[in-house]
Amino acid sequence: MAAGMNTPWKTLRVVKEIWPWLLVTAVAASWGYGRLSGNSAFGLRAGTNLYGFLIEMASVLPAMFLLVGLFEVWVPRHLVERHTGVNAGAAAVVWVILLATLQAGPLYGAFPVAMSLWRKGCAPRNVFIYLGAFSAMKIPMLTFEVAFLGWSFSLARTLITLPVFILIGFAMERLLPAAYSPPGIANRLPVGS
Amino acid sequence: MTLLWIIAGVALLASLVADRSKTRAAVARGAGIFWGIAPLLVCVLALVSLILAAVTPEMLRPALSGSGPAPFCAAIGIGSIALIPAFIAYPLAGVLRQNGASTPVLAAFITSLMMVGVLTLPIEAKFFGWKAALLRNGLAFVGTLVVAGGMAWLLA
Repeated sequence: MAAGMNTPWKTLRVVKEIWPWLLVTAVAASWGYGRLSGNSAFGLRAGTNLYGFLIEMASVLPAMFLLVGLFEVWVPRHLVERHTGVNAGAAAVVWVILLATLQAGPLYGAFPVAMSLWRKGCAPRNVFIYLGAFSAMKIPMLTFEVAFLGWSFSLARTLITLPVFILIGFAMERLLPAAYSPPGIANRLPVGS
Repeated sequence: MTLLWIIAGVALLASLVADRSKTRAAVARGAGIFWGIAPLLVCVLALVSLILAAVTPEMLRPALSGSGPAPFCAAIGIGSIALIPAFIAYPLAGVLRQNGASTPVLAAFITSLMMVGVLTLPIEAKFFGWKAALLRNGLAFVGTLVVAGGMAWLLA
C-alpha cells in the first residue's frame, strides 16, 4: 500500500477484506457464548446453522468445481454450441434440463456450471432454463418434497413450474441486450485471482 | 451427492490417464473459481445463519398458516428473501399444511424459496452481473405467482 493513501480509504479496504470473517467470527462467538453460558439458544442455533451450511458446501462444491474445470478443459466449444447454442432447437432444452435434474446441492453451486456453459457457447435462454431446472426440479430434492408434501403436490408443482422456467429462459434472452457479457464470462476468474 | 463425487472421481481419473498437463489446468481452473467465490459465499452463509437463528421456524408458523392474502404475501416474501435449506424448508412446509396453510400459500413459499434468492443476489451478480441477476429474480418472482395460481386452479 502506498504511504500517501488516505486513511479512510485504507480502513474501508481493510473492512472490505475482512468483513466475511467478521461475520463468521460473530457466529462462532455467539455459539461459544451459547455453549458456555448455557442459556443462549440463539448462539447455538447460529452455530449449528453455519456448520450445516458449510458441510453442505463442502460436500458438493469441490466435486462440482472439479467437474467444471474438467468440462472447461476437455469439452470443445463447438460441441456445446451445436447442441445448446442459439441455433439449437428444442432438444437443447431437454439436454440442459436433464443435466440440471441429475445434480444436487444449493443453487449457488449451479452458477459456475451455468457460467461455464455460457462461456462455451450455450445460448442465454438455455443457461437460464438450466438454472430454473436446477432450482426447481432436482431429483434428490423432489424425493424430499414427496416425503413431506405428497405426490400430488410435488407432481403438480413440477408440471406447472416446468413451462414457467422455460418461459423465463426465453424472456431472459429477449430482455438482456444481444451482446450482454456477464462479468463471470471473461476468461479471467470471477473474483480475486 | 455420492453419485456426484463418483462421477467427479471417474472423470478426474480418465482425464489423468489421457493428459497430465490438461488435468492440472482443469484442477487449477476449478480451484480458482472456488477460491474466487468462497469468501463471498462464506459471508452470505454466516449472515443467513445469524438471521435463521434469530427467526426460527416456530416464529414463521403463525404468519404462514391459514389461507388468504396475508399468509400468501408472508409466504412469498419470506420465501424470496430467505435461503432455507431443504432439510428445514420441507419439514416446515409439512407442519404448515397441518396447521391449515392453503395450497397456494405452500406453493408460493416453496417455489419462491427455490427460484428467488434475494440474499444470494451478490453471489449471482458476481457471475452474471447485477442486470441479469436482478432480471432473473424479478422474473422468477412473477413466475412464483403464476405457479401458485396454477396450483390453486389444479388442486382446487
